Amino acid sequence: MNLKRRILKDKLLKILVIFFSLSTLLPLFFVLFTVVKNGIAAIDLKFFTSLPVPAGEQGGGILNSIVGTFLLLIIAFLIASPFGILVGIFLTEVQNKFTDLLKILVNVLQGVPSIVMGIIGYLLVVKPMGGFSALSGGVALAFMMLPVVIKNTEETLRLVPSYLKEASFSLGTNYTRTILRVVLPAGMGGVFSGILIGILRIAGETAPLLFTAFGNPFLNINPLKPVDALPLLIFNYAMSPYEDWYKIAWGASFVLIMIVLILTIITKFIVRRWKTQF
Amino acid sequence: MENTILKIVNLSAGFGKNWVLKNINLEIEKNKVIAIMGPSGCGKSTLIRCINRMHEITSGAILEGRIYLDGKDIFLMPPVAVRRKIGMVFQRPNPFPTMSIYDNVIAGYILNGIKLKREERDRIVEETLKKAYLWEEVKDVLYKRGVFLSGGQQQRLCIARALAMDPEILLLDEPTSSLDPKATSMIEELIIKLKKTVTVVLVTHNRAQAARVSDYTAFLYLGEIIEFDKTSRMFTAPKDKRTEEYLTGKFG
Amino acid sequence: MEMRQDRTFKIMLWLGGISFFLLLLLIFILLFKESLYSINAFGIKFITGKVWDPVNEKFGLFPFFVGTILTSFISLFISLPFSLSLALLLSVYYKEGFINKVLSTTTELLAGIPSVIYGFWGLFFLVPLIRKVEIKLRIPPYGVGILTASLILAIMIIPYISSISKEVIKMVPQDLIEAGLSLGSTTWEVVKKVILPYCRSGIFAGILLGFGRAFGETMAVTMVIGNSNFVPENIFSPANTMASVIANEFTEATKDIHLSALIQIGLWLFVLSVIVNLIGSFIVKRYKIR
Ligand SMILES: Nc1ncnc2c1ncn2[C@@H]1O[C@H](COP(=O)(O)OP(=O)(O)O)[C@@H](O)[C@H]1O
Ligand SMILES: [Mg+2]
Repeated sequence: MNLKRRILKDKLLKILVIFFSLSTLLPLFFVLFTVVKNGIAAIDLKFFTSLPVPAGEQGGGILNSIVGTFLLLIIAFLIASPFGILVGIFLTEVQNKFTDLLKILVNVLQGVPSIVMGIIGYLLVVKPMGGFSALSGGVALAFMMLPVVIKNTEETLRLVPSYLKEASFSLGTNYTRTILRVVLPAGMGGVFSGILIGILRIAGETAPLLFTAFGNPFLNINPLKPVDALPLLIFNYAMSPYEDWYKIAWGASFVLIMIVLILTIITKFIVRRWKTQF
Repeated sequence: MENTILKIVNLSAGFGKNWVLKNINLEIEKNKVIAIMGPSGCGKSTLIRCINRMHEITSGAILEGRIYLDGKDIFLMPPVAVRRKIGMVFQRPNPFPTMSIYDNVIAGYILNGIKLKREERDRIVEETLKKAYLWEEVKDVLYKRGVFLSGGQQQRLCIARALAMDPEILLLDEPTSSLDPKATSMIEELIIKLKKTVTVVLVTHNRAQAARVSDYTAFLYLGEIIEFDKTSRMFTAPKDKRTEEYLTGKFG
Repeated sequence: MEMRQDRTFKIMLWLGGISFFLLLLLIFILLFKESLYSINAFGIKFITGKVWDPVNEKFGLFPFFVGTILTSFISLFISLPFSLSLALLLSVYYKEGFINKVLSTTTELLAGIPSVIYGFWGLFFLVPLIRKVEIKLRIPPYGVGILTASLILAIMIIPYISSISKEVIKMVPQDLIEAGLSLGSTTWEVVKKVILPYCRSGIFAGILLGFGRAFGETMAVTMVIGNSNFVPENIFSPANTMASVIANEFTEATKDIHLSALIQIGLWLFVLSVIVNLIGSFIVKRYKIR
């Protein structure tokens, strides 16, 4: 009797757990469905190759924000990956109170709200340089990417067995080359996927760009001038009062989600494929 | 001694405050196989890691005394130079996982940034692999990664990697302890043949192995060299009681 | 030469570490320095003040504090059953197999959708829905407001809390679980009596970090919260969070005092996130050591 009750309770709670878990499929489905449905309707070839037009005019595309997004990602990548890898190596190679503190600070930086990163990009670059720019946006994004790269580098390099280092030393290799040519290549898969995960994290970010990259209806590849970015365009257009602009925002959302999705798949592939066997 | 290649004088070494080796004195003759034998934990690895200055890499390592290679104090040479003259093979085979078999053989050159011409590289790879008795087995898969070989093959690849640098001394730290009997006997044969070109210091806790391959044996016990003699003599008439007890399997 | 290279390399490593440290210090100092103007001007009133009126240069962040706390807590509350169920399902009930694959992919995808797209979707999907509810309830049908923002936030933090909780639950020693089962306990009893007690503080850390996510989240909230600078009256009221007011007003702030006030809000967000993440990662780290 009592046993039956217990088993019943067990079953009931399992069903509840399954129910709640499965219901998270719902928002995912709705979001993806809405974006794909509205997005595909908005997209044609010209959508990718033309610039925005003033409200009320027909057509208009997102070429400037696609280019801008890539420009921003490249700037962030160029700043965050060498610096992040360097700090990652430092944290694996040196162990003392200072590096313990740094490890905590990496976690702290990862938790800083993205809008604050925007303010930092503004104070660090926009204000001294006297204007909005792709560079400032890239810097703000690099700050968000940095902890991801550092953490992944550190965690991967920690897994590289010490006997490889010893083997390298025993051949008369100096410390520098041992780290750069043995340890780092052995952990390259992890380091690389860390960079990709970092890019993934910032690819859809809007908040850090609001008052750094700022937006720009024209095509620009000069890092010292403002640029548009897909997330920025989606925000500006979605908040506008114009119907045609919503359409473009849906198209841009679709493109952005596709970029994120493709990056995710590439990352997974690399994580699996590049995993060095020891 | 004539022909001395390596001379260890009053060497003590350890970790932190703990001296593992106590006042070691040893002279090693050229083109011989010297076995260092003793129970596990007695300091065998520590000893040979002093010889190529690998001991110093460990954090907290302490060291006193002198080691002379061809009459020159190794502690006055840059460690990387010492290590190029004194190669080392470890207990566990450790080929570089990111490199092909070919690149593993010449890893010393690659990692040290020494540029070689294509023909020269090919020649070194072939000659060294032949020396390590691995050529026949791998000559068709040279560009595959080294980690796909069997354990015994990997260990011979590691020996080849050390030999490719043309060292004067080769240190082997229990090179067969992770291998099966067949692979073990192949490596033992290889060691015997190697002494034509290089002096071999072999660490082992396997008494039979010491007897089979070495010319001289040092018995290390609790960080001290209890006895050092021709292998044939030590195994038939040990002078020290502890050596005798060890050889008859009373401990270790 | 080789030795010199090593020395240079080691110096570079140290320089990297030190400059990372200095960079974080610089962030704090910059935020603080730029906030100083408004700190000096308003003092504690900046935090307790209920009026935010840039035109008349009155700046009190209390309305946004309320907005932040309300949205964060409501969203946490909504997301908890889902997050914890997912964590349990992925780490206890279905450790592998089809269902695991589907749901772990779901959480990954949910985490990967950009914030601005959640906001856009919320604007077009949730806002009309909430509006209908509001009409039924006979309250002003804004559609946008605290509740709408909380719903979006809840969806956004589900993957976050569930993945941390999952990691923590996975650290429960398998023999403890098996011991429980071997004593004739049902799975649920093991969950309740063995797993949850073991992970209580770890799951708390997950929730805390989820909270950190929620209060710092900007875009989606900005798009559906209604951007009102008044203290919200109920959960349907339009409002602003600390993050969303910065997003809204920063580029339009022409007066120095306005900008400084906004940066001070950013400073508080920064400080809050540092505290939350310090506590959270400290707890999670203790688990890893155990
Ligand atoms: N990195 C280290 N730190 C501290 N002690 C060590 C370290 N490596 C070895 N030891 C100690 O030194 C002693 C000798 O070790 P080792 O030379 O490896 O012995 P063997 O190779 O003869 O088995 C052992 O007692 C061991 O615990
Ligand atoms: Mg040993």
